[in-house]
Amino acid sequence: MRYTLLLHYPEMSPEELGPEALEQGQAEFRAFAAALHDAGVLLSGEVLQPSTASTTVSAASGELRVQAGPYADTVEQLGGTFVIDVPDLDAALAWAERAPSVAWGTVEVRPSATHVVDGVWVPA
Amino acid sequence: MPSPEEARAAAERAARTSYGRLVALLAAPTRDLALAEDALADAFERALRTWPENGIPGSPEGWLLTVARHRQSDLLGSAAATRTRPLDVDPGVVHDLDPDAVGDKRLELLFACAHPAVDRAIRTPLMLQVVLGFDADQVGAAFAVPGLTMAQRLVRAKRRIKDAGIPFAVPDRSRMPGRLGSVLEAVYGCYAIDWRGTSAPTVHESMAAEARYLADTLTTLLPEEPEVWGLAALITLSLARAGARTEDFVPLDEQDTALWSRPMIAQGEEQLRRAGRVRAAGRVGRFELEAAIQAVHAERAETGTVDWPAVRTLYAALVEIAPTLGARVALAAATGRVDGPRSGLSVLDGIEDPGAGRFQPYWATRAGLLALAEDPAAASSYEKAISLTTDAQVRAWLGAQLADQPGGHSSASSA
Repeated sequence: MRYTLLLHYPEMSPEELGPEALEQGQAEFRAFAAALHDAGVLLSGEVLQPSTASTTVSAASGELRVQAGPYADTVEQLGGTFVIDVPDLDAALAWAERAPSVAWGTVEVRPSATHVVDGVWVPA
Repeated sequence: MPSPEEARAAAERAARTSYGRLVALLAAPTRDLALAEDALADAFERALRTWPENGIPGSPEGWLLTVARHRQSDLLGSAAATRTRPLDVDPGVVHDLDPDAVGDKRLELLFACAHPAVDRAIRTPLMLQVVLGFDADQVGAAFAVPGLTMAQRLVRAKRRIKDAGIPFAVPDRSRMPGRLGSVLEAVYGCYAIDWRGTSAPTVHESMAAEARYLADTLTTLLPEEPEVWGLAALITLSLARAGARTEDFVPLDEQDTALWSRPMIAQGEEQLRRAGRVRAAGRVGRFELEAAIQAVHAERAETGTVDWPAVRTLYAALVEIAPTLGARVALAAATGRVDGPRSGLSVLDGIEDPGAGRFQPYWATRAGLLALAEDPAAASSYEKAISLTTDAQVRAWLGAQLADQPGGHSSASSA
């Protein structure tokens, strides 16, 4: 089954973190990605730019609006995603527990409903 | 005149050996750990400045304590002046220069760190900082938490100790069993840090050595408590096998015993005997049982075989007093070794715990027992165990076991 690990955590600038914490965090994410890859379960991974770099687009109010900033102005922001393919939720949770950011945020484990292969939606 | 390097080395030696003793002495009267650490940091800074010029004092510890106490009084004095709050500092202690004469207050400090009113998760980090002098970045690295986050948590915990009035005191006999339990848990937590990340294995090993130091310290401070000896024995016997840690995962009962440390095994066995002696006819505790299990495994270095009936008896006793999922799964594994895999499987089937389904050792044990019974269901249990394994070495080992099954194929590197 495909799951997306959604990493939510309070945003901190490299200056706030300091060079050592930044390097430590990067090393942990390198190790996490390598472990997912070695186990053959990793489909994709993204670490996102801070939400200040985000732009939102919506026409839900009837009028097309483009706005600077994230969807919701909350303390915790979506910071990254990993899409993994594992047998079941237990295995997905085992990997979520190892995501470095569980130490300072929340990892949401969400099963895929459908995904695109060669431009066509296929069921999970 | 000592060189700056010599002065620094002397200050660092004093810091390493006596940081916790000095913090304990400084903080006990005020219960203000942050203030004590600030004052001590100030004293260390002054030592680095003045020792190269004036020479290293005869008692570096006494010098540091005196300077830190004066600094502490200054800081308290200015705080009192602005807040006009009465001070509960005994002015008499400021004149005590010899830390040995004042006595060792580290035990009081450990009981404050592991007080029930302190959040369980911060107890071990707090001990590492205030007893051993690690900074927040080092403690954070050990727990895979950013240094800044760890620093904030430590500051909160220290403020809580001060504001809630948590005493720096050794509990009386009636409260000792429960309170000592949380101190031992916190020291054990330092040994069993859940580590991850690239630099973690070395950090993990050095933190395990610190746990051993804390456990040994406790045996000198509380030599009449059997569980203190039990914990020290458990950590020493486990660390005796550190040399057998290799690139590939090797199960405990297949490790090359030539790689184990004989002196550490001997020391651990002696600590275990001490636990039994001071316990006398009392009820055996969790750490003593776990240490005894380690001792049975260590005996293989002499006898060449594992006394599985003894292991099973010990796990059965452990399940009686501490029925954790891990202990129950281990009992099933030991039962399988003694009475055959089907008996082990029936013990495993008797475990009714909602967490068992996603507990990796449960599935690895089930797979091993089914394989011994030549049951084709072993393959699917191995696959389940592999899916729950995030450690690459263990995954590879389980994959190799699966490949040995009839009709099995290694799925270690595929989902």
